[in-house]
Amino acid sequence: MKAIVIGGGLVGAACADALARHSALNGQAARVTVLEPGPVGGGATAAGMGHLVVMDDSPAQLALTARSLELWEALAPALPSQADYHGCGTLWVASDEEELAAVEPKRRAYLAAGREATLLDAAELARAEPNLRPGLAGALRVPGDSVVYAPVVAQFLLERAGATVRREAVAELRDGGVRLESGEMLRADVVVVANGIGAVSLLPGLPLRQRKGHLLITERGPIHVHHQLVELGYLKSAHGNDEDSVAFNVQPRPTGQLLIGSSRQFEQPDREIDWPLLRRMLRRAAEFLPALENISALRIWTGQRCASPDHLPLVGPHPHLDGVFLATGHEGLGITTALGTAELLAAQVFGVPSELLAHDFTPARFDRLPEVAHA
Amino acid sequence: MPERTLAVLTLEGVRVTVPAGTTVLAALQNAGLSPLRRSLSGEARGALCGMGSCSECRAVVDGLTVRTCLTPVHDGQSVQRLGIVNREV
Repeated sequence: MKAIVIGGGLVGAACADALARHSALNGQAARVTVLEPGPVGGGATAAGMGHLVVMDDSPAQLALTARSLELWEALAPALPSQADYHGCGTLWVASDEEELAAVEPKRRAYLAAGREATLLDAAELARAEPNLRPGLAGALRVPGDSVVYAPVVAQFLLERAGATVRREAVAELRDGGVRLESGEMLRADVVVVANGIGAVSLLPGLPLRQRKGHLLITERGPIHVHHQLVELGYLKSAHGNDEDSVAFNVQPRPTGQLLIGSSRQFEQPDREIDWPLLRRMLRRAAEFLPALENISALRIWTGQRCASPDHLPLVGPHPHLDGVFLATGHEGLGITTALGTAELLAAQVFGVPSELLAHDFTPARFDRLPEVAHA
Repeated sequence: MPERTLAVLTLEGVRVTVPAGTTVLAALQNAGLSPLRRSLSGEARGALCGMGSCSECRAVVDGLTVRTCLTPVHDGQSVQRLGIVNREV
């Protein structure tokens, strides 16, 4: 089988790996070519936090993230040490009793999806994370969540797939292949569009929007944090509406550095740092971790998530182009769900079973939505 | 010869006199304080770009971690390498 994957981020690399492995299982040697004009894992893959997190905004999202976490656990022993895979777990921090009361349905949903989740009261939270400010109501602890340095994983998966990586940009999708910007035509049985927001330039009707985020990394410092810490209010701010938003989201790196997020802004395609928004983001973080005020930042950067209208990725065949599959629109969960996406894609391409087929991730689901009608 | 303005600062407890207008990084290098710090795995680290981009020249000046290549010297400054502050040299 001949396959082309457009995009050498983690989603593209995971898809290349899954296509190569399933093809080998069928007794066919797969020839996978990955087209990536930039560095491997140099786009949204490098810009994000690498937080592997189960989320339950919808049953489909819960299924995809929970399955992906299982796949990460299976992959972890094979990863190179530079991938910094680290099972720190997540604490969803409740600011008040109202937020804490909303945790119980979330906990039950996680358990039903096979993910451990326990409730911490205020005292237990203070013992688990002594640097959090006093007066918080408690937290939901999800011990199976992890963090990873995703660009290294992308490179690892491409090598494992035996994929040929070509530093070329695609100009056009054609029936049975692609035309490169150089003019060269490449033919393939399967073409996977996995270049994040770049998919829009190849398929202008896709209902995808850029959603910019800011991240900051501190120097190694005196503040010890043990879990990835996220405020429960994140669930409201992350997907609530179209306005600029910030939320407390801090990750301990294995080096002792802290990675601080998060922000969300639609329609800001530039890479510039929005200093007022950054200030809001850091003020929010310091409300939860007051000691952050005394620690220096090493670097600040921005990245672009690729958001779909229902916050679920587009994974599946293009409704009108033969042999073209999509794997894009992962918004802030592309690192977590790259492995589940690849499993789902392989199930669609090779007709093998996957529990993820029970949910509709296909691009065709948007034909019913007004967002596409005018796009 | 034109008169040069001098600044007196303290580098890890030692008083040194340097020309005003130079950087804390230059003062550290002239004093032979090397390496500036160590990586987590113990590798020696020091100034690389000299223009504020790489952050490799960080040290603690008057209690704050700064990029020393961008920090002008002035009278009375107290400078310590990060390794001394973090007791990891």
